[in-house]
This record gives sequence, structure tokens and C-alpha cells, in this order.
Amino acid sequence: MASGLLALILIFLIRESWPLLSRIGPAAFFSGGGWHPTEGAYDLTPMLAASAGVSALAIVVAAPFGVASAIFCRFYAPPALARFYRWIIILLAGLPSVVLGLWGLTVLVPVILTIAPPGASLLAGGLVLSLMIVPTVALTTEAALSAVPASYWSGAAALGLSREATIIHVALPATRASIFAGIMLATARALGETMAVLMVSGNVVQLPTSLFDPVRTLTANIALEMAYATGDHRASLFISGLTLTLLVLGLAALARRSGGQVVHA
Amino acid sequence: MTTSDKPPEGGVEASCVPFTLTPLVAGPPCCVPETHIGIENLSLSYGGRPAFRAIDLTISRGCITALIGPSGCGKTSLLSALNRLTDLIPACKVEGRVTLDGEDIRGPGVDVQGLRRKVGMIFQRPNPFPLSIRRNLEMPLREHGIVHRADVDGRIQQSLADVGLWDEVKDRLDSAALSLSGGQQQRLCIARALALEPSVLLMDEPCSALDPLSSGTVEDLIQSLRGRYTVVIVTHNLAQARRISNYAAFFWVKDRAGTLVEFDQCKRIFGNPRHDLTAAYLNGTRG
Amino acid sequence: MPSVAQASPFQSSLALRDRAFAGAIWLAAAVVAGAFLWLVVDILAHGATKLDWSFVTSDPRSSGRSGGIAPIIVSTVLIVVVAVVVAAPMGLATAVLLSEFTRQGGVFGHTVGLSLDVLAGVPSIVFGLFGNAFFSVWLGLGFSILSGGLTLACMILPLLIRTAESGLRTVPNDWRLGASALGLSRATALRVILIPAAAPALVAGIVLGVGRAMAETAALVFTSGYVDRMPSSLFDSGRSISIHIYDLTMNVAGGDANAYASALVLITLLILINGVAIALTDRVLYRKITLT
Repeated sequence: MASGLLALILIFLIRESWPLLSRIGPAAFFSGGGWHPTEGAYDLTPMLAASAGVSALAIVVAAPFGVASAIFCRFYAPPALARFYRWIIILLAGLPSVVLGLWGLTVLVPVILTIAPPGASLLAGGLVLSLMIVPTVALTTEAALSAVPASYWSGAAALGLSREATIIHVALPATRASIFAGIMLATARALGETMAVLMVSGNVVQLPTSLFDPVRTLTANIALEMAYATGDHRASLFISGLTLTLLVLGLAALARRSGGQVVHA
Repeated sequence: MTTSDKPPEGGVEASCVPFTLTPLVAGPPCCVPETHIGIENLSLSYGGRPAFRAIDLTISRGCITALIGPSGCGKTSLLSALNRLTDLIPACKVEGRVTLDGEDIRGPGVDVQGLRRKVGMIFQRPNPFPLSIRRNLEMPLREHGIVHRADVDGRIQQSLADVGLWDEVKDRLDSAALSLSGGQQQRLCIARALALEPSVLLMDEPCSALDPLSSGTVEDLIQSLRGRYTVVIVTHNLAQARRISNYAAFFWVKDRAGTLVEFDQCKRIFGNPRHDLTAAYLNGTRG
Repeated sequence: MPSVAQASPFQSSLALRDRAFAGAIWLAAAVVAGAFLWLVVDILAHGATKLDWSFVTSDPRSSGRSGGIAPIIVSTVLIVVVAVVVAAPMGLATAVLLSEFTRQGGVFGHTVGLSLDVLAGVPSIVFGLFGNAFFSVWLGLGFSILSGGLTLACMILPLLIRTAESGLRTVPNDWRLGASALGLSRATALRVILIPAAAPALVAGIVLGVGRAMAETAALVFTSGYVDRMPSSLFDSGRSISIHIYDLTMNVAGGDANAYASALVLITLLILINGVAIALTDRVLYRKITLT
């Protein structure tokens, strides 16, 4: 059933994309001619760059904070505080992206505006996204840390290792693969995100040259133009959707391959 | 191995002839009873449920003391109290006194990490870290302030030699510790503890998770530690206790908590136990 | 006793490292918690002023700048109900298939498992594209609640299957063996023993799916449409709360106030729903502990 659904989805995506794709070939989508769909120019590069840029910024910020959050919950917070903090993380994970977008647009963007106009920018998109994916990293890291066998903790304590030494030299090496997998998953999620990014990134189709440039990601592009796109334009949007899906699935596959079990005897 | 069914002649001294694999470094004769660890009226409970009550015991320096008795008597808990591993368990409450070289280990201002360096522990299941052999040994050394390359390498080599692993692993120090066999892993754990130059080694059934061959090797190793280290070993293997220990402490469960029934030199306990319960346990008619 | 030895310089630097590390961890946690609280306080502050009973029960006026969100709530509920009603039976059936009738490690199980993982990873906007192409265009449903609901059903199906499957798996195998020993047929055993035992987990999964569906926007933008009137049938176009928030924020000048209020409504609903899910899963876990 599930595979049937997957197949169905793929079929329809390809069906919508095929007319245009077969006519101008995949290379046209990376041609560098800019995105002017009404005139037949379907260059995806500025939007791919924007998606990559926003996601990269998001994960660079979210990964350390996510791992630190998990370590905090597991090792440093007194039980009541740990429960409260975990609750915060779970709530954060469940926040709808439009709500984050709303906050980002009304609160964060004006702050960035004071540093450099126009405020709605790659930076804003990256920061809002990072807030969205921190829970993913935190929860996967916490799961990995919980899977570390208790014998490691006792063994380390019996050797007189400090808490920090145990975390740095025993726990993190033991869970390295799982944490990496979690980070890959979070990046995949960031790439697939639409609404929050759309609301705060400025939506100008251009190759970003600085953090403060307004950009339009692949996802935002689809959301914005699908409403009025017809014919070839519509097909091009399906093609960009297909590209995005392949990218995200590639990352997820990478995560699965490297996300080994916690190493233990 | 000096196994014999008859109590050896020559009195107490003769039964304590140490059997060592490596040359005996200077240390006190094993049977001069000098208190190294003092346990006074020690009780321990987990969340209100007592593990053992009112234990009075002295561990003599350089000797191997075996803690024997059926499961559930709190022997492992007692061991954990000696290096304050019980601090890690939130619901655990310890009452009474444990002294090391005369000083209370739970006194104010005691450096717990330093204590655990001096009092090493070997667990039932070997637990090397998921690192290379070298890192397993080197990392605790560095964490305790031993930094110079020469010192570190020297200690690594010495401790691996002491446990009889040097020749086996000297060419693959950077390979994963988890790729070693069970017996080798346990010996690695012992080496890891020895590298820190402890004065006491606590061992919780170190051979029980190993196959007979490895078990024998580890047992020989433990015997070789006599005189240089004070060893407290929990074991269910009575034959092993008889073979290797100088002193034995027999535990039993009374009023649903562990209690010390009899403590004496191994020759006397195994040959001529004072309590009926001890005799029954040693004969296999109880426990 | 090891008297507290004079710390060597290296040991002091280790102690320093320990303190710095601990400090960094606390700081990071504070930053994350702070950002979250900033967000929540902001929404509460802006949203609570406009939120009252009339907001929830009246119609939007002047493109939503004023007035309430009653028809939008109705549309949202309808979309979610469609999604769950379609996805739950399919999800349960697949989960039963996976957990009871499939060999571990077999090709079928592997393929389905892989498909589920892939489906779970597909971005929501791509589901929107698919929903548009398949439900709206090919099946001719146009922009409608039905379109949106069906698209969401596809999205939450993997989640439902996974939670149902894990719920079934936590049922002790002894119960299955006991049922066979009593001569019960597979189907009866399922109906009478296994599904009721796994019920809390199944319901929890559905509740989680509901939460996920309610928060979804991108998949609905071009499947269920934008219309903010009260829908009269499933074939009408309807706007969900999340789309309403999006529209008010991006396309309606001065719509911020109502956007905040709607956001508050949405978040409150989600907290309630997730609270129910957590309570149910806790009950499942509790039962698991008492069984062993």
C-alpha cells in the first residue's frame, strides 16, 4: 500500500514534469540564464543556491545547539529542569512553520533590518529554520546518548573521569555516527521546509552574495508560483519539486547509511 | 597453580607463598595484617530497601580478600561503596564509615576522582571504551594529569606487560579495543586500571563472564597482583576463592538485608569454619 | 586517604576545560530556551488581545483583518477529519500486515519499510504538488476540502503506520502464542486481543497524525484552496487555520493582529492534542511496565 502510494506520487510528479523535461533536457535547469519562466528560461541555480545557503546556515547553527541541548538534558539539568526543557524542545518541534514564520517576520526581520536592509534575508531564513530543526538534532542526539550502555558510565566513573571527560572522550565518540545521522536528517528537513522560509527570506530570485540578501528558495518558489502557473511554467515547478525530492532523499539515505548503532561490546 | 585439598603444613605463612607471573616488586609480605581499608558499621540501602547492614571489616594491605556468599547479599553494593561509585545512584544511601589509610573516604573535601584513581574497579562484564587500545589506556592517564609522551607510553607498556597482553597487542595498539576477545578485553580493563597506579583493586566477579581458558589467565593475573596491590574480589566460585585469596568474608541474607557472617583467613574459613552456616554454604548444602 | 594532592598545571587546565564545557552547555540550553520563550511570549502578547469567544465564532470581515475565524475552524476540522478517516484504516491495515503477517527481513517487509521511510522524508510542498496533480486535476476534485484532506491523508499515512506497527509490536508475543494455543484464528486473535491491547498506541498515533495535519500548510495551499467562507460541502474550497495565518501575514496589510490571534488558537489546539497523545502513550508505557 505504502509503496503503491510512493509509486503513485512519483508517477504523477514525473507525468507533470515530463513534457517540459523531455523537450529541453535537464541541463537547461542549471543553465545560468536566470529564472524567467514566462520567457522560457528555467534556470534553477539561484534557488538551489538559496535553498542550500539557508539550510547550511540553519544546520551550522542548529547542530551545536541541538547536541548541547541533549547533553544538557542528560547530564547537567536537575530532573525537574530536564523535564521542563525536554517539554520545551518537544513543543518547539510541534510548532507549525507558519507560526515561526509569523514571528520571524514581525520580530526577527525588523531586528536584522537595523543591521542591514531589507531585513528579510538569507540570515532571517537560516535563523528561523535553525529554530525549527534544533529539536530534530536534540531528540536524535538524546536517543543516541540514552542508547549508550550503562557499563560505559560506570567504567568511566570508576576510572575517576570527570563528567566532562566522560562526555567528550567516551559518550560522543560512541554516538558519533548516530549524531551525524540526526544532523543529516535535520538538514533534509530544512531543505524541505517551505512556509517559514518563504515568509522571512525576501523572495527575490537571485544568487545570494551576502547573508543579508533577500533570496527565494526552491520550496518558496513552488509555493508562490504554483497558484498561477500554467503549461510549461507549471511543468517547470514540478521539475523543481522532483529535484528537491531527490536531494532530500539523498540526504536521508546518507543519514541511514551512516547512522550506525551505538558502538558497544 | 597452588591448589591443594589438604591445608598445607607450616602454618599460616606457608599458605601465603605468593605465586607471581612477573617479578615481585617490593611490597609488604602478604600476611602481615596491616589495615588498608577499614569498614565500620557500614549500611547501604536503595530507596529505603536495605542492601546490607552493619558490616565491620578490615581489608589488609597487599592481600587478596574474597567476598563470598549467595546472590543478593549486597557484596557488589559493598564494593561500590568502597570507591564511592554509589554516589552515582540517586536513591542510594550509605551510612557508617569507610576509611582508606585511616582517612574517611566520605569526609569533607575528599577528591572523589583522586579516590577512584587510587581504588580501581574491574567489572563483571569487560567494558573497554569504543576507542583504540592505546586510547583506552592513554585517555584516563591524560585526564589524571599524566601528559608527557614518555610517561604515558611507559605506563601503557608496563601495564599491558603486567597483564600479559603486551606481546599480543604491541603491534596493533591503534586497533579497536572491542576487536579483542572477551578475556583480552578484561585484561585490558585491568591494565587500564593498573596504569593509574592504584593501591587497591576492586573486582566484581571478573571471571564469570569469560570462557574457562580466559578465566584461568585472568585468575593467574590476579594472583600475580598479590603483594603489590590490595585486592578485594567478589566471587561465586568457591574453588577460585580458595585458590587465590588470603582472607575470605562470608555474607548471608538476614532480615532481608545482607550481613557479614564470618571473616577470617582463607585457610581457617575453608578448613575450619566457625559458623554452621558457613560450613553449610561451603559444603554446598545451602545457598 | 589520598589527600587532595597539589594539582599539576595540567590538571588545573583540565579543571578549567571542565568548567568551560559545562558553562557552554548551560549557555546553549539557555539560548534555546530563551528563543522559544521569546517566541511564545510574543505570540501570547499579540494574540491574547484579540482572542475572545466572538473571534472563534464569527466570520472574517474585510479579508480577515477583522472579525473571526469560525468558518476557517470548520474547514480545518473537516480537512483533518477527512485525512484521518481515510488514513487510519489504511494505516492500521498496513501495520497489521507488517507486524503480523510479514517475515522479518523479508523482501516485502523491506520494500514497504523503505517506502515508508522515503515517504516520511518527502517535503510537504511536494505532497502539495502531487495532491494538486492527482486529486485536484486528474481526479477532478479541484480546490476542495476533499482534495486537501486526501493529500494530508497521504502525508500522515507513514506516521500512522509506524505508530500502529510499534504499538502492535509491544504486545507480548506470549499473547499471540496463547491465542494460537486456544485455537483462535488469526483474525479473531487480532480482533479480540491484539488490537485492543495496542489500542492506546494506535489512538496516540492517530492523535499525533491529527496534530501533524493541523500544522500543515504547504500541502494545502493548492489543494484545498483559499476561500474563507463557511464550506457547505466537502467539495467546497476551504481554508485551514495555518493558511489563514499565512494569508493574513503575507497578503493582507494590517492582518498581523488577527494572524497572531489565529496562531494562538492553533497552538492551543495543538498543545491540547499533543497532551492527549502523550497521556495515551504514557498509559501504554505504564501498561508495558506492569506486564513484565
